Amino acid sequence: MADDAQVLPRHARRARRLGGVAIQIGLVVLVIGLAFGAALNAAQNLARANIASGFGFWNNTAGFDISQTLIGYSASTSTFGRAFWVGLLNTLFVAAIGIVLATVLGFVIGIARLSRNWLIARLTGGYVELIRNVPLLLQLLFWYNAVLQSLPQLRDSVPLPGGGILNNRGLFLPRPEFAPAFGAVLVALVVGVVAAFILRLWARRRRRMGGQVRVLWPAFAFLCGLPLLVFALAGFPLAFSFPEIGRFNVQGGVEILPELAALVLALTVYTAAFIAEVVRAGVLAVPSGQTEAAQALGLGTGATLRLVVVPQAMRVIVPPLTSQYLNLIKNSSLAVAIGYPDLVQVFAGSVLNITGQAVEVIAITMAVYLAISLFMSLLMNLYARATAIAER
Amino acid sequence: MSAIGGEFRVRGAAAHAGVFGWLRANLFSSPANAALTLVCILAIAWIAPPLIRFLFLDAVWSGEGRDACLASIAQPHPGACWAFVRVWFSYFVYGSYPMGERWRVDLFFLALALGVVWLSWLSAPRRDVGAGYFFIALPILSFVLLHGAPLIGLAVVPTALWGGVLVTVVVAAIGMVFSLPLGILLALARRSDMPVVRLFAVAFIEFVRGVPLITVLFMASVMLPLFVPERLAPDKLLRALIGVALFASAYMAEVVRGGLVAVSRGQYEAARALGLTYWRMMGLVILPQALGVTLPNIVNTFIGLFKDTTLVFVVGIFDFLRTIEAARADPKWTAPTTTVTGYVVAALFYFVCCYGMSRYARSVEARLARAGRR
Repeated sequence: MADDAQVLPRHARRARRLGGVAIQIGLVVLVIGLAFGAALNAAQNLARANIASGFGFWNNTAGFDISQTLIGYSASTSTFGRAFWVGLLNTLFVAAIGIVLATVLGFVIGIARLSRNWLIARLTGGYVELIRNVPLLLQLLFWYNAVLQSLPQLRDSVPLPGGGILNNRGLFLPRPEFAPAFGAVLVALVVGVVAAFILRLWARRRRRMGGQVRVLWPAFAFLCGLPLLVFALAGFPLAFSFPEIGRFNVQGGVEILPELAALVLALTVYTAAFIAEVVRAGVLAVPSGQTEAAQALGLGTGATLRLVVVPQAMRVIVPPLTSQYLNLIKNSSLAVAIGYPDLVQVFAGSVLNITGQAVEVIAITMAVYLAISLFMSLLMNLYARATAIAER
Repeated sequence: MSAIGGEFRVRGAAAHAGVFGWLRANLFSSPANAALTLVCILAIAWIAPPLIRFLFLDAVWSGEGRDACLASIAQPHPGACWAFVRVWFSYFVYGSYPMGERWRVDLFFLALALGVVWLSWLSAPRRDVGAGYFFIALPILSFVLLHGAPLIGLAVVPTALWGGVLVTVVVAAIGMVFSLPLGILLALARRSDMPVVRLFAVAFIEFVRGVPLITVLFMASVMLPLFVPERLAPDKLLRALIGVALFASAYMAEVVRGGLVAVSRGQYEAARALGLTYWRMMGLVILPQALGVTLPNIVNTFIGLFKDTTLVFVVGIFDFLRTIEAARADPKWTAPTTTVTGYVVAALFYFVCCYGMSRYARSVEARLARAGRR
């Protein structure tokens, strides 16, 4: 322990320090020895199994198909490196959707658990207990094998309001097709965002000088009204290609694989239960005196929540929320169980099986997840520093 | 709750009296609340009756094949196929463990239950003996029982035949037995004043916590055999066990570290002043307090570990969930309801185990809070 220094007499300290140095040298020698032995064995075993080593495989032709590709990919011409990027993008894609949906559902349930309505508090409490105590893999298999596979066949597809189609091959949504004039709408959106931001800065300065400024509705007008107006003026430059049921498959539209749907459902439902607990703990962590003081100052319920409770709760909520996001990203690797082509399924699965280069492939896969984790921790540390209470 | 606002009007005590008072206060306190209550009641009315009908009223309780669970004139909407569970039940528990040797598995369950009760009952007699039993005697006994020892007449049962709840419990138990001591060592190493020791501990903990368990299991199953001489290559189950134990120990290390931080500095100084060496200080003074404080977190880590045992499927091991997957795929039992029935059984099993552990963690927490107030 660091505090031994003050407690021990000098000769004992020196003896301890020498012992410590010996232990550390021993540890380094042990680890290097183990690593060296492992490398030696690996070289022998690989040579016997006739497996290449090094990262040369990266540029070889992959030769296998991937069922969902966000970037161009073809089995006959694309490389293993390309397959890696396809898998990584699929992982990030499912994680991004999952994080957004789980956050929304988690906040709703977390707040509902605190409701004074006995029934809703009990129901959401039951949801949290049930979901948290059943393994994610089981839930994923349930959504995939029990719910989505029992959807109707192609012939009996369920038409959805808005032109979508649902059957056991997946969810088919209308594909938006943008006319060139749609660019103007995007420009209007950017202008709206900038205007809302400037409005906010201006309002903050006015408030500091004691003025009262309503920001919400003007900002809303800038953010939504302006793009909508331009959209109408440009003559609605947006069309949809609707999916149609063919003889053997569905034509047109955007296809959402059942694997993707099941993974998103499972990750959302599971992570939302944990986020709900995080949110509940965060809100409960704000002392009731804060609310009472806000009420005593004459703030209404909405203003109390917005200006007093939420900012303080968020400081408690964000760190565990980030680790829930990380868990969701790591849990998305369960995709391998149902065959959604994420990083693990494509790279640590198909690529590893074809090349046999376990060491390189697993090392790259782990490095990716580590990099994501470290990046998220960095963001969270920045947030924690920005919101830290300045203690006197 | 008052943090959300609104609890500021002083209500008369009379408003809370009686059933109607309770209803008004908790379900119909405002129009919005009443609407919410009605929506909930409608949702329950929509979900609960079909669920009860599926699970009990329309369920098929006995039969020898899929025909019993298929729709027929006699039962146009068959419910859960419990017959399927009845027929496959022993497979779910023992996997392919040989029939004649299954008493050994039962004995193992019994021995494990004894250890768990001994350790988790906080006022049990001789808990130090219990710890020795759980962490030293039980692993040896279990190995002899389950794997076999030809010397004393127990035939060897290769791990490829193990399956079902047996494997789930073995993986979880091994994870617990090894992750706690390893986690304690790692936590101590992370707080050590020797920089190299600290560096290795931090690197290991952060590395393992930064990657998904699936990749650790992949690593254990495809890389471990490469790193040892061919004749020493561990079998499939052992590889997965090593992966799970290492993974769990990194999480346990952080939990234990939290406990170590919670022990006040004066305790360290007092132990030193008494002339205790580092290990005696840790063993007699610090760790008992640290582990006590953090016991609920340790149990929560165990819950996570128990749920994570399902992931051993990626390396081809027949744990409980995998046996259900296998049974469900049996063409003799292909019926629309068998899949859901199998998953209901699995969910029930995991829920009972995990919920039990979490109730235990909460009761320990309450006990600690009471002790803290005294």
